[in-house]
Amino acid sequence: MPLSAYLSLAAVLFSIGLFGVITRRNTVGILLGVELMLNAVNINFVAFSRFHGTALGMIFTLFAICITVAEIALGLALVILLFRMRRTSTADHIDWLKG
Amino acid sequence: MTTNPVTLAILALLLPAAAFVLIAILAPLRRSGRPAAFVSIAAVATSLAAAIRTWQIASGSVEPIRAVWNWLPGANGPLATVGVLIDHQSSLMLILVTLVATLVQIYSLEYLHDEPPAAFGRYYAYHSLFVFSMMGVVLSPNLLQLFICWELVGVCSYLLIGFWYRKPEAARAALKAFWTTKAGDVGLLIGIVLLYRLAGTWDILELEHMVKGGTLATAGLGVITFCLYLGAMGKSAQFPLHVWLPDAMEGPTPVSALIHAATMVTAGVYLLVRTEFLFHETPQVLLLVGWIGGITALLAAIMACVQTDIKKVLAYSTVSQLGYMMTAVGAGFAGAGFLHLLTHGVFKALLFLGAGAVIHAVHSNEMHDMGGLFKRMPQVATVFIIGTLSLAGVPAFAGFISKEEVLGATLAGGLTGPFVMLLIGAFLTAFYMSKVVFLVFFSEPKTHGHHAGHAHSAHGHGGDPGIAMSLPLWILGLAAMAIGVYSTFFHHAAPEFTSPGWLTPVAVALGLAGIGGAYLTYQTHTISADTLASVFAPIRVAVVNKFWLDDLYLFIYRHILLAFARLIGWTDRYIVDGVLNVISAWTLDGGDALRRIQTGRVGDYIFAVAAGLLVLMLWMRGTL
Repeated sequence: MPLSAYLSLAAVLFSIGLFGVITRRNTVGILLGVELMLNAVNINFVAFSRFHGTALGMIFTLFAICITVAEIALGLALVILLFRMRRTSTADHIDWLKG
Repeated sequence: MTTNPVTLAILALLLPAAAFVLIAILAPLRRSGRPAAFVSIAAVATSLAAAIRTWQIASGSVEPIRAVWNWLPGANGPLATVGVLIDHQSSLMLILVTLVATLVQIYSLEYLHDEPPAAFGRYYAYHSLFVFSMMGVVLSPNLLQLFICWELVGVCSYLLIGFWYRKPEAARAALKAFWTTKAGDVGLLIGIVLLYRLAGTWDILELEHMVKGGTLATAGLGVITFCLYLGAMGKSAQFPLHVWLPDAMEGPTPVSALIHAATMVTAGVYLLVRTEFLFHETPQVLLLVGWIGGITALLAAIMACVQTDIKKVLAYSTVSQLGYMMTAVGAGFAGAGFLHLLTHGVFKALLFLGAGAVIHAVHSNEMHDMGGLFKRMPQVATVFIIGTLSLAGVPAFAGFISKEEVLGATLAGGLTGPFVMLLIGAFLTAFYMSKVVFLVFFSEPKTHGHHAGHAHSAHGHGGDPGIAMSLPLWILGLAAMAIGVYSTFFHHAAPEFTSPGWLTPVAVALGLAGIGGAYLTYQTHTISADTLASVFAPIRVAVVNKFWLDDLYLFIYRHILLAFARLIGWTDRYIVDGVLNVISAWTLDGGDALRRIQTGRVGDYIFAVAAGLLVLMLWMRGTL
C-alpha cells in the first residue's frame, strides 16, 4: 500500500479527534478526542518509519504512547478535581475566562 | 596656623558649610536652639580668622592666587572646574562677609531670644548656608561656580526673608524677592552660556587674559555683558528690579543687616567688578550701567524720604547706595565702586543692627512710635549717629572717602547726567538719614501714638540692649570710625582718576545741608513738614506709590502672565489632553466590544486555534 493511504488514515483519524474535542461537551469525551489525535500522529510516525526503513519513528512512537498515558492520567485527575469543585464535568459550564 | 592661602580660604569656605550640614542633619541639635547657634557662630568666627589671615597673605602677593580642581570632564580638558581665586578684592570681600556674618549671628542670639528653640536652630542653619554660599560667590574662579553659589545665596535670602513664614506679608515678600531676582538671574545664565560659546571658558582669569591679549571676539560681547548686567540688576536691586528689596524688610532685622545691606545685594556689584574687563570692551553697556545706577540712586533716595518705617528708610537707602556703586562701575572705575561697597557694608550693617536694637526695645517699626530715645539708649544712639554720619559722607567717617571717589569717578568717566543725580542723591541721603536720627532719638517722645499698645510698650521698659547686641554694634561703629579716620587723615590709595578740587567741598556742603535741613524740619520745626509735603505734592503722589512700579508688575502678572497661563492651561487641557482622551476612549470602547468574543468555553478556543492553523497552512501553500 502506498504511503499516502496511511497518511490519509491518520488525517481522517486526526480530524475525527479534533471534531470530538471541539464538539464534545463532556470533559471525558474531550480527553478521548485528544487520544484519537495523538494516535493519528503515532500512525504517521510508524508509516514514515516503514517508508524510510529506519527504527527512529518506532522509538518515537513508544515515547509518545508513554506520554499519552501520563497525560490521560493527569487529565482524568483534573476532571475529578473539577467535578469536586463545580459538581459538573461539562466543559461548557466551566467558563471562568468569559470576558 | 597654616600659611597656605588656598588652604585657609577653603577652610573659611567649608566651615560654615560643615556647620550647616551638622545643624541641618542632626535634628536634636537643631531643635535645641542655642547649641546650634554656638556651632554656627564658632564656624563663622573661625572663618573670619582664616579670612583675615588669607587677606594678610594675599595682600603681599601681586599675582592672584588660583587653585582649581577638575569637575566636569570634557573631550578637550575639563568642561568645568571648581576652586578658589584669591586676590586683593576677593580677600577683602571675604573679610567683610565673615565679619558682618559673625557679628550678626552674635547679635541674633539676643535679638531672636524669644523664638522657639526649633526656629532658632533653623535660623542658624540658614545663616550658615548663606555664609558658605556668599563666600562661594566671592571666591569663585569661574562664572559657573559663581552662578551656582549665586543661586544658593538667593535661596537663603528667600528662606530668611520668609523666616516668619506664618506671617502672610513675610511669605509674600520672600516670594517676591525670589521671583524678581530670578528674572535677572535668567539673564545671567543666558549671559554665562553665551560667554562660554564665545570664549570656550568660564574661568575669570583666562577670560581676562583673552581680553588683554585681544583674542576674544568682541562681536556679540555687548549682548553678553548686558545679560550679565541683568543678573547684577536683579541681585543688586537696580531700577526697575529694585522692588523686592524694600519688601524684603519683612525678614528679621539681623537678616536685613547681613543679606540685604552688607553682602548679598552687593553680589551684583561684585560680579561687575570681577568682570570689569569684559564691560570695558562694551562701552555702550557700561553707559547703561552708569545711567541706571544714577537713576536708581536718585529715585531710591527720593523714596527713602517719604517712608515712615525705619527699616524701609534703610532699605531704600541701600538701593540708593547700590546705585552709587553701580554708577562708579559704569563710569569705568570699578575700584571706586568696590571701595564704596566695602565701607557701605560696614556702616549699613551698623545702621540696620542699630535700627534692630531700637525696634527690639520699642516693638514697632514705625518712627511715629519712637522719639526721644537718646536718653533711654545712649549707646545705640551713638553708634547709629556714627552710621548716619558715615552714610551722609561727613569727613572722618567711613563713607566720606568712598563717596568722594564714586562722585569723582562718575565725573571722570564723563557721566555728567548721573553725576548730577548722585549729587542730589547725596543731599537727600543726608536729609533722610538725619530725619531718622532726629525723629527716633531726639524729638519729643510721642506718648499718644496711633498704636496704643505699641506706645505703651515704647515707654514701658527697655534701654540699651545687652552685651550680645551692643558688642556687634560697637565693633561695627568703631570699625566705621577707624576706616573713616584712617582714610581721611592718614592714608588712602590714590584713585586711578583725578577729580576737580571743588568736588570735595561741594559734596561735604551738600551732606551738611541735608543734615541741616532735617534739623530745621524735624527737630526745631522751623520748616513745617506739611509745607514740604505740599511743595512736593506733584511728585509726592508718584513717590508714595513707588512710581507705580509695583502696580505695573502686578498688572503684568495678573493680566498678561496669568492670561497667558490660562491660555496654555486651556490648550493643555482641551487640545493636548483632549487628543489623548479621545484615543483612550476609543481604545476603551474597542476593548469593550472585543471582550465579548471571549466566551470562556474551551471548545470555542480550540476551534479558533484549529481554524487559525488551517488558515496558516493554506497561506503557506500559497493558495490564500
